[in-house]
Amino acid sequence: MDTQIPKGASARPEFKETVAKTTWQRWAQSDIWHSYKSSPVIIVSSLTFAVLVLGAIFSPLLSPYTPFDPSSLNLMNGFTKPMTANEFTGDYFLLGTDDQGRDVLSTILFGLRISLFVGVVAVLFAMTLGVVLGLLSGYVGGWIDGVIMRIADIQMTFPSIMVAMLLYGIGKGLIPPDLRDEMAIWVLIISIGLSEWVQFARTVRGATLVERQKEYVQAGHLIGLTRWSIMLRHILPNVTGPILVIATISLALAIIAEATLSFLGVGAPKTQPSLGTLINVGRQYILSGEWWILLFPSLTLLALALSVNLFGDWLRDVLNPKLR
Amino acid sequence: MSGDTPLIQARDLSAVFDVSKPWLNRMLAMEQKRFLTAVDTVDFDIPKGKTFALVGESGSGKSTIGRMIVGLQKPTTGQVLIDGQNLFSITNEKQKLAMRRRIQMIFQSPYASLNPRWRVKHIIGEPVRAFNLLPSGEIDKRVEELLDQVGLAKSDGEKFPHEFSGGQRQRIAIARALASNPEFIVCDEPTSALDVSVQSQVLNLMKALQRELGLTYLFISHDLSVIRYMADQIGVLYLGRLVEVADRDTLFDNPRHPYTRMLMDAAPHIDAFGRTAEIVSGEIPDPINKPSGCSFHPRCELTADQCRRERPEVRVFGPEKARVACHLCTA
Amino acid sequence: MSNSPLLQVSDLIVEFPTRSGVLRPVDRVGFDVRAGEIVGLVGESGAGKSMCGSAIIGLIDRPGRISGGEIRLNGERIDNLPEERLRHIRGKRIAMVFQDPLTSLNPLMTVGQQLIQTIRTHLPLSANDARARAIGLLEEVGIPAAAARIDAYPHQFSGGMRQRVVIALALAAEPELIIADEPTTALDVSVQAQIMALLKRLCRERGTAVILITHDMGVIAETTDRVAVLYAGRIAEIGPTRNVLSTPSHPYTVGLMASTPSTTGSLHTLSQIPGSMPNLRAIPKGCAFNARCGKAFSPCFQDIPVLEPVEGSEVACWLYDPAYQNTKETSGASE
Repeated sequence: MDTQIPKGASARPEFKETVAKTTWQRWAQSDIWHSYKSSPVIIVSSLTFAVLVLGAIFSPLLSPYTPFDPSSLNLMNGFTKPMTANEFTGDYFLLGTDDQGRDVLSTILFGLRISLFVGVVAVLFAMTLGVVLGLLSGYVGGWIDGVIMRIADIQMTFPSIMVAMLLYGIGKGLIPPDLRDEMAIWVLIISIGLSEWVQFARTVRGATLVERQKEYVQAGHLIGLTRWSIMLRHILPNVTGPILVIATISLALAIIAEATLSFLGVGAPKTQPSLGTLINVGRQYILSGEWWILLFPSLTLLALALSVNLFGDWLRDVLNPKLR
Repeated sequence: MSGDTPLIQARDLSAVFDVSKPWLNRMLAMEQKRFLTAVDTVDFDIPKGKTFALVGESGSGKSTIGRMIVGLQKPTTGQVLIDGQNLFSITNEKQKLAMRRRIQMIFQSPYASLNPRWRVKHIIGEPVRAFNLLPSGEIDKRVEELLDQVGLAKSDGEKFPHEFSGGQRQRIAIARALASNPEFIVCDEPTSALDVSVQSQVLNLMKALQRELGLTYLFISHDLSVIRYMADQIGVLYLGRLVEVADRDTLFDNPRHPYTRMLMDAAPHIDAFGRTAEIVSGEIPDPINKPSGCSFHPRCELTADQCRRERPEVRVFGPEKARVACHLCTA
Repeated sequence: MSNSPLLQVSDLIVEFPTRSGVLRPVDRVGFDVRAGEIVGLVGESGAGKSMCGSAIIGLIDRPGRISGGEIRLNGERIDNLPEERLRHIRGKRIAMVFQDPLTSLNPLMTVGQQLIQTIRTHLPLSANDARARAIGLLEEVGIPAAAARIDAYPHQFSGGMRQRVVIALALAAEPELIIADEPTTALDVSVQAQIMALLKRLCRERGTAVILITHDMGVIAETTDRVAVLYAGRIAEIGPTRNVLSTPSHPYTVGLMASTPSTTGSLHTLSQIPGSMPNLRAIPKGCAFNARCGKAFSPCFQDIPVLEPVEGSEVACWLYDPAYQNTKETSGASE
């Protein structure tokens, strides 16, 4: 039998037989990982973001000084230039000091912590609210849908920073004066969160309208599942892609919103300065020559917002093959 | 109904949908409300262990009937009786759940009918959990049993739906439908998205399961050849009305309604080389503005004056008791 | 038919490079189409039948490409033409009819505007003459009151009428060949019968050749003169339709016919082919059908069979290879 000359032998490309894959193999072979590997911009921006997040988390360990402990401050250290030793005390500051003699690097690390904390918690809050309202709106429909979407429409006609300022003002007014500084961060979080939920709600509603028509949802009805069970266990897992994309983009927006509010002096208090507060402080010295007090916090904010935004854009492209 | 009642009885089922434009648009355009009668006084029985098939083209209302029979949609008028009990008048939650367990459905799309984020063993096990049929420790074993029953490997339970071909997914959907030990399954175009060679696998599997488990089927399809293979009794739908109901052999040997004859002639035959089907004029009319009298009259080869004016009532013909809604049918 | 064929496809290979390797949805496909003939390409999903059609008309999406073989129209090679020259052939000499008529019609232009535009792109006619011709075409494809309906938009037509408009568009420049890719799959049976009758009539009257791509054996039987059965990108069997369908030779064709239910003839249990069409990434070595074939024996797992004449058709199967005629009877299916 082997004497037969293979007539039709053509070099058909060969592939290995695929068997059941582990979760790790699934991930390693996925388009997402492949796209990540082949995109230098995303590798750089995700690494930048990772470094900033680690810096924020470990700021108490990484900071060379404790900038908000009044006892450790020395006014003689004020306005030290970056990368030079102070002429009076001989202390060395990598990024210089501000008017109070606080180390700029340390204030940035702590400010980053506040900025990220406000941003992340505000987005989580907006996401929870938006996802629940979006699911309800899309799945239950009727007048509930009408009410939720009209509120969303009205809110969308105002710039979100204006909504946040308004809510912040109301929040401040409701809190007794002696608690204001303590509660300021939480008021900030709720204000930003309430100004960002609409994007989540709209996206989730749209995706839910598509999913609820699908037959697996009807199969759920047939076995008597409750509405909540269908919404949370069946529909929600299928709309996570768009939620993830919006969350990333919202994080960048929330960080900028927080910085804007703090810059305008209505956000994080002086006792817990965020990047925005630091930029506001630095602004006063730009004309008198102490440029580092403004420049370094600004660059940090830029790096943070840009890396999150680029990551979000990439995620949207990867998760939505139609755009490619 | 002397003796045993049929398992499923559809009594004068109708479904009317409001397809009007929103209130404000309607006011501005000075329009009346518009209604679509998707299903119009449809009446049939399915004896236990048998397959009743509904055949019809688009707009015939066949899927709507399927949804009403399983309780996914309430009929505008009429009743669905399961073992003599009205499906829509059960108020007790416990009884409702018990009734749901007995009725399941297999859907058309093998892609949309399985949740893409769930592992197959969770998809198949869900009805068992929802109806509390087994203690949670025994569910995995039951899932393996079901996978085996539909011709899949036990290890397939760990995979996700996208790892299967269309035919295999339909097997998973069948396993899920069987999970609650139902007596009655509505099959809505279960093979129309599948390739021929895979379609025959699924059809044969469904027949084998019917024999083994004594299942009763309502089989919905647009494909007469598939219907002929599966059904004991066939109902032909046109624009929401049953125009003819007969046993399979009666219907294929002696189609009485002109629409049934037209459908049979138009269906391509694998052994009719070079044949040109007799061309029927026109297409299915707009179901919102149905023709007067018999809705088939504009396309019918016979058409008398009466057909334009009067809606034909169902009459019974022959020793086989074929039910036909046509003025001109005589024997 | 001694004259040379209108279209000659030989050893056509289409490849798609992907991350994990090169996929080959069409592998050494060859067939001829003569003027006035209807040739069917039949197969299940993944057989490569639509890809063949796209390759002939030069519409393969990037990064796919024709990587081997030839396509000749009236003797002239068209598979390696630059895009600009290809555009002259597309529409003018070869036209295409797709499954969904809505995607081939522009919703913002009237049917008449689209027809006139196509006519004037390919033929030197004045606006008035083109309009008259457009009305003539609509009448020819059976649209009632064509002169009035020419100014209607696509959404004002029913599904069947829209497919007729698409066929009129395809005919606009008097092409020599029409490629119809599942033209009736989205339509009801009664309308399907109308459209198939129309295609057959046009083919007869105008001498236009048609390549009909479908998965429906019934449509193939009633419409085509010759048929090629495709499996995993290769032709399994090709020949006169009556020959291939009533006395199939390739085990796949045999299985396909036996698993197709019918509305006529005796009712018997449908036979089934185990498994399903292999994924393009996992096509078995040797004959692609070997894993599902009840008659597979050793060479089927080694080498790819080529088309050989068998009883009036051509079949790519080792069972019919003279070198194995004796061995298969003795060792046969047991291997």
